[in-house]
Amino acid sequence: MKRRDFLKSVSGLAAGALAPTAPAIWSPAKADARSETLLIVSEGGPNNLDIHGVGTNVPGYEVSWNCYDRLISHEMKSGPGGVPYYDRDKFKPELAEDFNIGDMSVTFKLRKNAKFHDGAPVTAKDVKWSLDRAVSVGGFPTFQMSAGSLTKPEQFVVVDDHTVRVDFLKKDRLTIPDLAVIVPCVVNSELVKKNASEKDPWGLEFTKQQTAGSGAYKVTKWTAGTEVVMERNDEWVSGPMPKIRRVIWRMVPQAGNRRALLERGDADISYELPFKDFQEMKANGKLNVVSLPFSNGIQYIGMNVTKPPFDNPKVRQAMAYAMPYQKIMDAVLFGLANPMFGAPKDKPTEVAWPQPTKYFTDMEKAKALLAEAGYANGFETTISFDLNFAGVNEPLCVLVQESLAQLGIKTTINKVPGANWRTELTKKEMPLFTNVFSGWLDYPEYFFYWCYHGNNSIFNTMSYKSPEMDKLIDGARIAAANGDTAAYDADVKGFVDLAFTDIPRIPLYQPFVNVAMQKNISGYQYWFHRRLDYRAMAKG
Amino acid sequence: MLSLIGKRLLFAIPSLIGVVIVTFLLTRALPGDPAAYFAGPAATKEAVDQIRKKLGFDKPLIEQFVRYTGDLAHGDLGTSLTTGQPVAAELRNRLPASAELTLLGLVVSIVIAIPLGVLAATRPGSWIDHLCRVTTTAGVSLPVFFTGLVLVYVFYFRLGWAPAPLGRLDVFYSAPPTVTGFYLIDTLIARDFEAFRSALSQLILPAVTLAIFSLAPIARMTRASMLAVLASDFVRTARASGLSPGKVIVTYAFRNAMLPVITTLSMVFSFLLGANVLVEKVFAWPGIGSYAVEALIASDFAPVQGFVLTMAVMYVLLNLLIDILYGVIDPRVRLEG
Repeated sequence: MKRRDFLKSVSGLAAGALAPTAPAIWSPAKADARSETLLIVSEGGPNNLDIHGVGTNVPGYEVSWNCYDRLISHEMKSGPGGVPYYDRDKFKPELAEDFNIGDMSVTFKLRKNAKFHDGAPVTAKDVKWSLDRAVSVGGFPTFQMSAGSLTKPEQFVVVDDHTVRVDFLKKDRLTIPDLAVIVPCVVNSELVKKNASEKDPWGLEFTKQQTAGSGAYKVTKWTAGTEVVMERNDEWVSGPMPKIRRVIWRMVPQAGNRRALLERGDADISYELPFKDFQEMKANGKLNVVSLPFSNGIQYIGMNVTKPPFDNPKVRQAMAYAMPYQKIMDAVLFGLANPMFGAPKDKPTEVAWPQPTKYFTDMEKAKALLAEAGYANGFETTISFDLNFAGVNEPLCVLVQESLAQLGIKTTINKVPGANWRTELTKKEMPLFTNVFSGWLDYPEYFFYWCYHGNNSIFNTMSYKSPEMDKLIDGARIAAANGDTAAYDADVKGFVDLAFTDIPRIPLYQPFVNVAMQKNISGYQYWFHRRLDYRAMAKG
Repeated sequence: MLSLIGKRLLFAIPSLIGVVIVTFLLTRALPGDPAAYFAGPAATKEAVDQIRKKLGFDKPLIEQFVRYTGDLAHGDLGTSLTTGQPVAAELRNRLPASAELTLLGLVVSIVIAIPLGVLAATRPGSWIDHLCRVTTTAGVSLPVFFTGLVLVYVFYFRLGWAPAPLGRLDVFYSAPPTVTGFYLIDTLIARDFEAFRSALSQLILPAVTLAIFSLAPIARMTRASMLAVLASDFVRTARASGLSPGKVIVTYAFRNAMLPVITTLSMVFSFLLGANVLVEKVFAWPGIGSYAVEALIASDFAPVQGFVLTMAVMYVLLNLLIDILYGVIDPRVRLEG
């Protein structure tokens, strides 16, 4: 008997003996508070309220997104299934009321009535200080800024109290999108400077504990690892007034309990549940379950191309034919992903990313390719995965192990603790592994620059180096900056084709972000950062 | 009595020093590089090195240790990297949550287990003896997280009697002003009876989970100890002298049977502190157990060291308390002490 069945029968007995009970009773004041409050439950919470901080985790990004404003943001468009999806190509003013993109600079006019949470007006000085901070503090924020060729404080110029100009170092199509990600948020410079010290000139210790922005929400209580309480900023002018007055975000480590809280109607919204739960909740229809593909994201099997046997392209192709693609889709993901394999033979390569490969499971072909490469009797190798995502990675690796065994390849599974995964990736010594990469900026050349370029960034986990590939990627970046569509299309098609024939990493699928919410919650929007935007949400 | 306490505390010092050294070395021996972990997904090698330097992990081990003990002497347990808060403050905030839960669990367990054990001993072989055997076996053989999940499933999800497993208070109540840190006491001091009810109802399921787990040793030990005492000469004498059965059992037999039970209680209490880790996970309880586990997963040294040290200090104090209790119950121990 399965655990679930056992639980069902146990509870069935208990429920049979007793009449169903009424839901919890609220006093009228509490009921009001409840209708204007959004209760979110998730596994992890923020470790820092400032995205510029040292080692701010992903839940921390959600706080930053909702509590700080940026100069510009994205418009929404209708995404898969009619869910609002951010529009990569359309920008709207946020803290800026207007902006003007020139040839080598962009000028922002700030809203004159915008105020920080403490009542201080938002000025061009604050904007410059915040952008200087983002490119100077080091670590992730600085890295993200550099992805849009924003690297020097001199690039940010105060024109007058309410006008800021950002100068371009070089033409780069990613500069404007990079100003709309989470990092270039505007911080209350006077308040933070007052709380900075010589050792901490950017006041990171201060903003770690409290929000100092002009955003639609402010954190009123934060108990690390337990809860975050955010209240609406009623003075917010950078967009329509949000409907949710208060957001309570509780950390509930047990996935089963999060599901129970949702199904009982006690929690409003949750993510980070096992795929099986999402699929079951989708099927029984009591809750709204939104599943949307990660923009610019792929789960893949990577191979270290610097060492035998994976230095041989034939072996890599054999591996690509030996992957149990459909089994992974069905048994691991319960269909909640976009397949990245099995495109028809005659399908032309598109100027898009992600797109499926033409590989499919074909053990005969894999055997033949292996024999050609001189490994007719297989070999021994190790497949590694990140235990933080064991729910997907572990069954996936077991399926791969089983499949490879048919080719005589003996695979040992190496489970790497989450804390250690980064270290292992940086070493670039794992022969075979599975991982996910997804870029905030949704452009093919951005993905390829990090994952396939010979400058060997941490995400080029395969240590893949090919002069031809580099030429195509660099070509696409230049063509994009100059608006040369024909050259751009040719280069993108070129690098996609090369990535599929050389196949240093085998794309498996495009993962979905899954969010489950009560039927009375509306206004969910998909953002590139895949976290919630409370500003658009409503209850009832 | 005071000299006994002093001597006891003196004996504890070497073990505490040992704990400090061992936890320091163990956390450093953990696989995983906190600098790489906290540099985030997009970090370059330089960024990781920068963070390592910031955190002081580039220094030789002995230097790190000297710095750690130096900070410790000033009462500074370091700062957690995962939560970004000072460890000492977090432990101070979270300890009452764990202590309240563990103590209540223990009380519930004692209230059920001791009468059950005494009754089972006075009527060996009867239905109550069998009941005692079955419940204790069942209780000890079910892992706590499983009992916890079943209780949540039945009493919250199915029946809706229990409140949502969302920690110490319902989401819409605010915590009472901190006096003791125990919500049951603090809400009463603040005369906030609605919050008291909420705190109590949040406590019931996790406390019962812990109680079920700890029933067995207490009930079995009470039963065994009572059986031995009931068979002894002085009880026979008392009975022969015509004392009422109630007086014989409660006044004479029970008090003499208490010593081994007290020893068991101290052991059970330490078990429960351990079992707490899982119960806290299931019930989203903001205690020190869940804190330590999360830190361990992230290779976050400071909270782990702080947690182990706190536990060590608590064990020392607990043992001291038990020794004193012995003296209260059994005058012979007092004389020897």
